[in-house]
Amino acid sequence: MALKWVFRGGVPAPHRKNTAGSETSAIGTPEKVVIPMIQHIGAPCTPLVKQGDTVKVGQKIGDSEAYVSSPVHSSVSGTVTKVEPMLYASGKLVMSVEIKTDGKQEISEDISPPEVRNRDDFLKAIRQAGLVGLGGAGFPTHVKLNPPKDKEIDCLIINGAECEPYITSDYREMVENPSGIINGIRLVLDYLDIPRAVIGIENNKPDAIMILTGLAEEDKRISVQSLRSRYPQGAEKTLIYSVTGRKVPSGKLPADVGCIVLNVNTVSFIASYLETGMPLIRKRVTVDGPVVNRPKNVDVPIGTSLRDVFDFCGGFSSTPYKVLMGGPMMGIAQYSLETSVIKNTNAILAFDKKEGDLPAEWACIRCGRCIDACPMNLLPLEINRLVMANKIDELNRYHILDCIECGSCSYSCPSKRHLVQSIRLGKDAVRRLKKA
Amino acid sequence: MENRLFVCSSPHLRDNATTQRIMLDVIIALLPPAAAGIIYFGLRSALIIAVTIAASVLTEYLMRKGLKRDQTISDLSAVVTGLLLALNLPPSIPVWIAIVGAVIATGLIKQLFGGLGQNFMNPALGARVILVVAWAKQMTTWTEPLADAVASATPLSLLDATATATPVGGTDWYSYMDMFLGKIPGCIGETSALAILLGFVYLLARGVITWHIPVIYTGTVALLTWVLGPEGLFTGDPLYHVLAGGLLIGAVFMATDYATSPMTRKGTVIYATGCGLLTVLFRLYGNMPEGVSFAIILMNILTPLIDRHTIPVAFGGEKGVG
Repeated sequence: MALKWVFRGGVPAPHRKNTAGSETSAIGTPEKVVIPMIQHIGAPCTPLVKQGDTVKVGQKIGDSEAYVSSPVHSSVSGTVTKVEPMLYASGKLVMSVEIKTDGKQEISEDISPPEVRNRDDFLKAIRQAGLVGLGGAGFPTHVKLNPPKDKEIDCLIINGAECEPYITSDYREMVENPSGIINGIRLVLDYLDIPRAVIGIENNKPDAIMILTGLAEEDKRISVQSLRSRYPQGAEKTLIYSVTGRKVPSGKLPADVGCIVLNVNTVSFIASYLETGMPLIRKRVTVDGPVVNRPKNVDVPIGTSLRDVFDFCGGFSSTPYKVLMGGPMMGIAQYSLETSVIKNTNAILAFDKKEGDLPAEWACIRCGRCIDACPMNLLPLEINRLVMANKIDELNRYHILDCIECGSCSYSCPSKRHLVQSIRLGKDAVRRLKKA
Repeated sequence: MENRLFVCSSPHLRDNATTQRIMLDVIIALLPPAAAGIIYFGLRSALIIAVTIAASVLTEYLMRKGLKRDQTISDLSAVVTGLLLALNLPPSIPVWIAIVGAVIATGLIKQLFGGLGQNFMNPALGARVILVVAWAKQMTTWTEPLADAVASATPLSLLDATATATPVGGTDWYSYMDMFLGKIPGCIGETSALAILLGFVYLLARGVITWHIPVIYTGTVALLTWVLGPEGLFTGDPLYHVLAGGLLIGAVFMATDYATSPMTRKGTVIYATGCGLLTVLFRLYGNMPEGVSFAIILMNILTPLIDRHTIPVAFGGEKGVG
């Protein structure tokens, strides 16, 4: 199918999909796991276990009364050794449960396929599964699948763009478990009564497109859309535009234009959960980067430390200078190798100083490359200037809150200015000003 | 803690473009016009170019040192300013005037206003205009190409002197071919349309500039000089006006200066059209034969205003969306 809608801006970021051919291999049970009580956007969970308790695989160990939240389950069997705030992927301290494993991997008696007869059962099951958006932000899926009554959803979009360099965990799902993806889509379409689904995949993954196109032929509601390989193709707003031609209005959500977007891994997990009842306790993680000895895709119990995962990949060829959770465009730099893999971790990358260092800033020459690169049609150089001059009240004129923080501006800047970084500061300041 | 990890905010990946490389590209693009100047006006042109560049770089070096700022000469922008200024000077310009021009361009217009990217007008053009006013005679004494003689007139001064004549046909007129190749009196780098076009194509291919400002600017001049002809409407000679004087070098190399042209496409169109309008106004109805420098500088000064009124609507912020 030809591309009807082409989003503006973006950058031709390198692909570096070195691990595309790496079939997922499962890591052995680590000696201990640290499972944070918040791995999603929303209210944190309260621990349901205390020091000394024994836990089994799949057992719920944290939950919350709040609607926008998602329960947390144990990925291992063993003994709880600590329940206290520990270092989390974002760099903050977060209440976490540390479990010393017993190596038996005994499965909890609570695990059984959920009984699902209608939409309400379906949404309840997804909450019980602890499912959150596995592509990036980690928004609770049961909330996403339950938009306000007045928003009619006519298109389910499945995100298989995977536009971040290095990451191949979505790609591996598409080639290793394509029928799971299709089954998951059918379940969502059936229970939510959505007429059609489109799987969007960047055209640098032709075999994934071919496989899913073949499987989608069974169901007339499902189609596959080949997308331009251009960063940030997989960002929600650009993806919706590329697939439907609809623009999510400023400050609104996909549901406002009749769309729900789910990652390929998220949707295939729905199928697997309804079949087995095993909640979200493992994650496929792409392990790569110039100092990783054996880059590969690894199936990891949630809560495993980054160090254990890197060790499984042959360790480092030289001391890592920077370690990322996520891709190089939007990933979060880690303070420590002791932080855990969480639900929405799709990659962990390790870089040396050459690739990991922050380049020195030069003066802005107003070349406008950041403007050309911005998919939201903003003026990053002007916002940068105003933020650095602390002119916070002028930032709304430049639509700062529309920034999706994709980083295309900083990527394209020949003066290596820290554009999106300053925009983040500006957004925060604008929000605080609003509250005050 | 053993081996501390380096932490910073994303993105953790940048592309290969650098400011230095962009400046180098501009220098490369200016080589054909510089070569044409040396071929037509002799080695003295090379001397002027070398001295002006050296004076510009030295000025930047000393000012940064004096103002206790980071040294910036390695970004090559001082070289670009010096080279551009030299190409906009007559071949016979006294060396000391060229040096004064470089000091004004880089010291006064660029560094005193904050350095690269902060200047409110194109440094080379600003300096040129000051030189034209201060040393009018030296700045309008022209050399005959391929001959060591003072030229009687440039294509534009010829036009000014014989405001009612038709350029084509008369024996005193320069041929289009001479104008295209650059075999006409004028500033060192402005005479050869061919050389400037080579530079233009290079800049386009390297993605340093887009076609918009040069094409819209030149197009506006062509259209208006054709419409506002000497013998009534639609009797003008647009080709002559495009090839004569500093229009092409101005449109390709000066009006496209990042720091002093608008940021957005819409702003760019307004700006380039304005440059064209003013150039024609000054050329046809002004006291001096040429108007490119003044036109661009005026539009440079209007650029912040244009930018303020052309802030684009964000994706999804359009009326009627959703």
